[in-house]
Amino acid sequence: MPHDHPSHSHEGMSPSGHPYREDNDAALTYWQRMEIAVRELLIEKGLVSSEEIARQIDAMDARSPANGAAVVARAWTDPDFKERLLQDASAASREMGFDIGPLHLIAVENTDTTHNLIVCTLCSCYPRNLLGLPPDWYKTRAYRSRAVIEPRAVLREFGLELPDDVQVRVHDSTADMRYIVLPARPAGTEGMSEEQLAALVTRDSMIGTGLPRRP
Amino acid sequence: MSNTDGRRWHDMGGKEAGPLSFDQHDFALWEKRVDALMVLCGQKGLFSVDGLRRALEDMGEDAFETMSYYERWIAATNQNLLEAGAYTVQELGEKMEEVAGRGPTYGEAQDG
Repeated sequence: MPHDHPSHSHEGMSPSGHPYREDNDAALTYWQRMEIAVRELLIEKGLVSSEEIARQIDAMDARSPANGAAVVARAWTDPDFKERLLQDASAASREMGFDIGPLHLIAVENTDTTHNLIVCTLCSCYPRNLLGLPPDWYKTRAYRSRAVIEPRAVLREFGLELPDDVQVRVHDSTADMRYIVLPARPAGTEGMSEEQLAALVTRDSMIGTGLPRRP
Repeated sequence: MSNTDGRRWHDMGGKEAGPLSFDQHDFALWEKRVDALMVLCGQKGLFSVDGLRRALEDMGEDAFETMSYYERWIAATNQNLLEAGAYTVQELGEKMEEVAGRGPTYGEAQDG
């Protein structure tokens, strides 16, 4: 793409006069070169536009565990919604205006006797449309390998010690079928608004590696 | 290819592994771009998430241990796009050469 570059540039500034992002200052790697090349080839061929790429990055940046927390808080306060969520989490989430894409999303409910944990042993499938991009530990060999064979030990590393009489169910995701945990509503939250409740819902409580905050 | 138990390397559920690491990094712009390209290529039918996974799995365990997550993703994305005929190996090689000539950092090389 033709681009006007001024003939001089200030130290620490890009040719367009903006400071570089910190992560852009390091030496260019082979794989970064490939990203640039692939992106520009797709744009030159008219297969993808730079606007579409920018919009997609903005959409991904806008996704955060707050989306999932809003869904959980709605389920805590609206029994009919909760029923719909447990029947079809994709449809219930869309109902709240969240873009779920083509994914089949399944909500699994924590109770006094059951605790759910989600993992993707084969890769890194994650309910990214409701929670944003997965934390790095979710993609590690340690989590993927151990979550299904010693979940209680894994949970202890997150600081979560579950009583022996609570059954732990581990759900292994696939690319097309992803899970989100509906944590149990904490005691002492009667009378709290949906918004106040949502603030108690942590990312890890929707993965099953944590519990909601207490009021 | 496969281990003695008949599973391929990526099928790691239930295997022994060390303690969890809670190191976390913020995604760099180039990583977000890789993620965006994968999603957009999927939406446009250039390849599917299954195609991405197939290429990732075929890269083998060594790549899992030595390359970062989005390094593997751009390699797998590129593999699928070459197979889909989106561009040729020669075009890719020429473009990567051109990019290398723009400057020593990502910031300088990122815009053509």
